[in-house]
Amino acid sequence: MEGATTLSVDKPVRKELEDVVVRFAGDSGDGVQITGGQFTLTTALAGNDFTTFPDFPAEIRAPAGTTFGVSAFQIHFGSREIRTAGDAPDVLVALNPAALKVSLDDLDKGGLIIADIGAFTERNLKKAGYDTNPIANDNLGDHRVIAIDITKATLEAVKEHGLSQKEAVRCKNMWTLGLVYWLYDRDRQPTIDWLNQKFKNRQDISRSNVAALNAGHAYGETMEISGERSAYTVSEADIPPGLYRTVTGIEALSWGLVAASQKTGLRMVYAGYPITPASAILHTLSQLKHFNVITFQAEDEIAAVCAALGGSYAGALGVTASSGPGIALKTEAIGLAISVELPLIVINVQRAGPSTGLPTKTEQSDLYQAVFGRNADSPLAVIAARSPGDCFNTAVEAARIATKYMTPVMLLADGYMANASEPWLIPDINNIEDMKVEFHSETQGFHPFQRNDDTLARSWAIPGTPGLEHRIGGIEKSYTSGDISYEPENHQIMTDIRKQKIDNIARDIPLQDIETGEENGHMAVVGWGSTYGPINRSVQRARSNGKKVSHVHLRHIWPLPSNLESLLNGFDKILVPEMNTGQLVTLIRSQYLMPAIGLNKISGQPFKVSEITSAIQKHLES
Amino acid sequence: MNVQISPDKLKAKDYATDQEVRWCPGCGDYAIVRAMQNTMAELQAPPEKTVFISGIGCAARFPYYMATYGFHTIHGRAAAIATGTKLANPDLDVWVISGDGDALSIGGNHLFHVLRRNINLQFILFNNEIYGLTKGQYSPTSQIGTRTPSTPLGSIDNPASAVEFALGCGAQFVARGIDSRQKHLPEVFKRARAHHGASFVEIFQNCIVYNDGIFDHFTEKSVAIDQQIVCEHNKPLMFGQENNKGLRIVPGQMALEVVTVGQNGVTKDDITIHDETNKIMAHLLADMKSPAFPTAIGVLYCNQKSTYETAIHEQLKSEIKNKPEADLNALLRQGSTWTVD
Repeated sequence: MEGATTLSVDKPVRKELEDVVVRFAGDSGDGVQITGGQFTLTTALAGNDFTTFPDFPAEIRAPAGTTFGVSAFQIHFGSREIRTAGDAPDVLVALNPAALKVSLDDLDKGGLIIADIGAFTERNLKKAGYDTNPIANDNLGDHRVIAIDITKATLEAVKEHGLSQKEAVRCKNMWTLGLVYWLYDRDRQPTIDWLNQKFKNRQDISRSNVAALNAGHAYGETMEISGERSAYTVSEADIPPGLYRTVTGIEALSWGLVAASQKTGLRMVYAGYPITPASAILHTLSQLKHFNVITFQAEDEIAAVCAALGGSYAGALGVTASSGPGIALKTEAIGLAISVELPLIVINVQRAGPSTGLPTKTEQSDLYQAVFGRNADSPLAVIAARSPGDCFNTAVEAARIATKYMTPVMLLADGYMANASEPWLIPDINNIEDMKVEFHSETQGFHPFQRNDDTLARSWAIPGTPGLEHRIGGIEKSYTSGDISYEPENHQIMTDIRKQKIDNIARDIPLQDIETGEENGHMAVVGWGSTYGPINRSVQRARSNGKKVSHVHLRHIWPLPSNLESLLNGFDKILVPEMNTGQLVTLIRSQYLMPAIGLNKISGQPFKVSEITSAIQKHLES
Repeated sequence: MNVQISPDKLKAKDYATDQEVRWCPGCGDYAIVRAMQNTMAELQAPPEKTVFISGIGCAARFPYYMATYGFHTIHGRAAAIATGTKLANPDLDVWVISGDGDALSIGGNHLFHVLRRNINLQFILFNNEIYGLTKGQYSPTSQIGTRTPSTPLGSIDNPASAVEFALGCGAQFVARGIDSRQKHLPEVFKRARAHHGASFVEIFQNCIVYNDGIFDHFTEKSVAIDQQIVCEHNKPLMFGQENNKGLRIVPGQMALEVVTVGQNGVTKDDITIHDETNKIMAHLLADMKSPAFPTAIGVLYCNQKSTYETAIHEQLKSEIKNKPEADLNALLRQGSTWTVD
């Protein structure tokens, strides 16, 4: 809890904190994600900046009490700009021994543990791998512990509302939330409103949950009055003015696609096949049919990309999304899209691999797959979102490039930003650049591979247009007629043009800027994707210690921005932190022959600020 | 590159492109493309609304020879691409052109689902019981014992029946034709096109290079009339040189038998009337193999059901009607928001 000072406010005395990290952890069935979501909402309404990190098991209902069944939700909030979900929780809410076990090592020294001792039964302790009860035996070192039988307190609080025992126990997440609300001076009303709305047909449940919430809060007040513990407050953050909401990467991607559909004037045909963590885009878009969005759950990944491409062929905005293994299956059809030069948006919500890997954990190890992962010389554009809110703009940009250049665009997101939420300054759709697509209709001299001199994009003539009947396909086409051609020279020309067309996009994207710092110095820390938060915070820390370090963050992975090489030449060292074994770093080295250094983490977990900070330190000194 | 189209009446040649046809001389595919061009002319099908989508294989070259819209895609995936095309624009008249390897091996999954969903398109399977373009390997419809470069001792796996597969997938229109039957084939194409839903047509197509004569036992001129039966709705299932042979349900069994009118007391009234809406009948007809039975061609099964893309667009229309305020700015501002001053 950096920057802690004591302030005297009215009553009770609350300690002012600059930023706090809270982690809720329990069984998959404990309602941890809902608790986290509610805490996020009230934190937003309190005017703090924040970032969240939901971390849940791949199994739908993993065996209760096991360490692999722990579901966690971490939120980092503060009165300053918050870019990461926080390295180490200040407060851990552990609803069972397994939750304590998996989170204990991450906890800050002196951190607070709120444990439901009612769940610390011999059976649960054994399942979590504890020989003895760490709470009863005071084995928790420097950590402070509030041990409460939350289950019992919850049952007591809700007993008058007549729920079954099972339903009553389910209210314990709200009891816990009430206590944490007290701890950080949060308003209960938004959650009460939410409960009343959610359970409007089961008033016994809504009343019980509200009772549990209030009881948890009252428990805190009583504790405070007895003077045993302190409570805290976190002031409003200084963030740009405007209307905000919370947004996850999945929501922002989906809405960005709808915006792109409106701005291009194309009906969207979204085709997907269920896969974690990309399926949620299909779920979100399926509810937006009134925006003229066609969603299609295909029979497999290949059919999904093919249906999207078939949609583009007919003049729609074809979109498909998956995760790495699914993208692998789509590869041949993406090659066809490159060959016939049709627009297509392929979203890869990356997860930890290879193969099934860790489906619910994050990684950014599909950069090679996106840039190079096809047979033959098959260039396409690759762009990457950096945060949940940024997914919106990235989706719009993907559509702009795809339709303007008649090319597939690979959009890289990842499991972390897909599920995490952050406050989002809601954009005005009217301010998004118009990108209306005009289909070709002139019959005079038409052939399907005639090109725009500037972009080299071919003309988009769609079935249904009289007089423009033509045939396209995966066989090489004649540069001069669009007919099948096996001519050696022609293949050289067409291959060169396909490459040139994608290379030219570099002239049509913003020059690479510096996120933080000067345009030259001792070190540039170069990142892409969801490492944005930890890199930026690390660079800020290094700079506050007087280091000449800058942060460069790429949206355009392929082609790279035209000024990137000269920009990076302004620095003595280039450090590239990535959640893979070194993919962007290879790209930079190969493109610019620069001795860039990789910093790599492949644990399925985001970078901690401390990890990047110490790497910056180490390489500045070496 | 397009042939100039006269404004009044389109002829079969107006549906042909100027592209040099690259099938082997004598290939059955020539007859099929000719039958298709004739069909198009007969129907005066608008070329701009007609789309041929194919996968990979000899048959898949078909779109290059039709002066309509055409998309030569990737192996096995034409049905999936055509699905997207129909979703985006249900007004297009989409024909999928495929072969036995393309449709039943690498693309079996997509064929299953396009038929099950009942997308309103025509799926034409050119069955030559061999992989031609890859130089003669056996296919999923090859008879047991087919000797090919990959099965020098003869193939050992059971062949699939294309029409039985289609019926099993829930296809609502299943028909058969033969490449050499130039008068009959356009009739099948017309019925397929008229049917609202996924229309599946298997065409027995001779591969002159790798599997020549494989269908001779029912297509060869000297035997054809006794070895083929043209199924017509509401008409008795009769065939043969003197048109006195017919199919009859074996009394007390779920099976067909060939009988001759005028022999053993069989009269014309004993002959089964073809009911193309009867799926059991379709299975029995599909299962008949020459020479013990005549090979059934024509429309084996036809039943109307609602199509997938119609349902999708109905949902879309009703959602647009029920929620007319499709304002993205409003959507983004729904739920909990807060203002920072």
